[in-house]
Amino acid sequence: MTALSIQKGSLSRTVLGADPVRRALYITGMMPAALYFYWGVTDQLGADPQNILERALGLWALRFLIASLAITPLRQLGGPNLIRYRRALGLLAFYYASLHLTTYMLIDKGLDLNAIIADIIKRPYITVGMLAFTVLVPLAITSNGPMIRRLGANWRKLHRLVYLAAAAAALHFIMLVKVWPLEPLIYAALVAALLLFRVAWSLRPRPQRRTATN
Amino acid sequence: MLIRKSTDIRPSEITDQSAYMRRREFMYGAAALGMAAALPASAFAMPLSAIKSPLSTDETLTPLKDVTTYNNFYEFGTDKDDPSKNAHTLTTKPWKVKVDGLVNKPADYDLDDLIKSIALEERIYRMRCVEGWSMVIPWIGVPLASVLARIEPQGSAKYVAFETLVRPAEMPAQKGFFQPLPWPYVEGLRLDEAMHPLTILAVGLYGETLPKQNGAPIRLVVPWKYGFKSIKSVVRISLTEKEPKTSWSLQNPREYGFYSNVNPAVDHPRWSQATERRIGASGGGLGGLFAKRHPTLPFNGYGDQVASLYTGMDLKKYY
Repeated sequence: MTALSIQKGSLSRTVLGADPVRRALYITGMMPAALYFYWGVTDQLGADPQNILERALGLWALRFLIASLAITPLRQLGGPNLIRYRRALGLLAFYYASLHLTTYMLIDKGLDLNAIIADIIKRPYITVGMLAFTVLVPLAITSNGPMIRRLGANWRKLHRLVYLAAAAAALHFIMLVKVWPLEPLIYAALVAALLLFRVAWSLRPRPQRRTATN
Repeated sequence: MLIRKSTDIRPSEITDQSAYMRRREFMYGAAALGMAAALPASAFAMPLSAIKSPLSTDETLTPLKDVTTYNNFYEFGTDKDDPSKNAHTLTTKPWKVKVDGLVNKPADYDLDDLIKSIALEERIYRMRCVEGWSMVIPWIGVPLASVLARIEPQGSAKYVAFETLVRPAEMPAQKGFFQPLPWPYVEGLRLDEAMHPLTILAVGLYGETLPKQNGAPIRLVVPWKYGFKSIKSVVRISLTEKEPKTSWSLQNPREYGFYSNVNPAVDHPRWSQATERRIGASGGGLGGLFAKRHPTLPFNGYGDQVASLYTGMDLKKYY
């Protein structure tokens, strides 16, 4: 209960207060996107700029998603409590996922809706990627004070979907590559570790209970 | 109509071609002065002279910079820029090609002997990668058929198998824990595909010897098949009776077949093959970022010449 109320308190401060650190986080968080777009329009992305841009945006979405998932384990393992930055990280992940999807639809596919629908149906890595994005949408919509208050306890249940989104995003990256290069495997391992930690944490023996049975 | 005309003759097209021609003239001039090595294009490149071929396309060439920095050559790493960063370590002289199997003249041929006195031709071909991108590359090489005539396949030979060099000391992705493919990289063609006039062994591009990242010193080029069929840095050519194993179909038989003809009608589970992105076609910048995909043609547009090789075959089954 105390954990929940602390979390609620800090989350409502997110809406009301103007935390300069959080503001800085949003601004620096959007820097990679700004840089890649700048490199793109100034011809600094090499031979296949569309592909480089698309991949970079997707990769940053995954990175922010992983960062947002790392906040709670970090605290539970005795690290600093960064919970007030979790929403910013989650929203940055959503912004990058949106840019990634937009780049794919607009730049890569030239808004050819038939080709996009065929991709989603026929190509498993795109199906999985779309799943990850779709799952992030309700999470982003409910990442604000009024929605948190409105949903009450259901908010936490709903936001457990982030695990599904992270797993799908990591899988999307692995399925995209032709062989087994290290990079997508590292990201998948990070996501797996963060999810397994949650399982392990929920199953951990609780000292109070043990003394009670003794 | 006006719009159409302007796309037919783009200024970039004219500039590219003429700049390229002038570059070659300059190269020859420089070579005559004995200062070829001082030119920056690539330290080891030597100028090659070649006769033009009616089999060349007149489409806009992909810039040399893109042809030499955007490569799939997994022996040097899986990123597109890995080969251009890592391939400089490759020793390409001396270079032996082992010729064996069902041939009358098996031997370890020195590269020069293998292609000696066969006229070098310039072949400007479209190159379509299975990943959905394409280039137009001015290769220099010899018809594979001429080399096969030299080594004399026996009557029972039905296929040609190829192997890439294995040399972990010079090919970084051939050592260590994470190796993307089993080595050697192997490829193969049916004998009639290998004998087809479009099929060449390339030893150069853009008027010079092959850059190492492009498969120096000798590689296969089969323009109507996906790029991975065009095996690089070849050290072995074997004539066989059985269909040879090929690296990508060994790695993932559901996705890659032996034939791997460019075919927009055969869908790939990873990439739509209906369209392609022409690398470097719109001059970079915003143009490159917003370049439109264009339709992929059956047999990469070489259907008139090669479709008859596959008469009666179900190309959806033999993909």
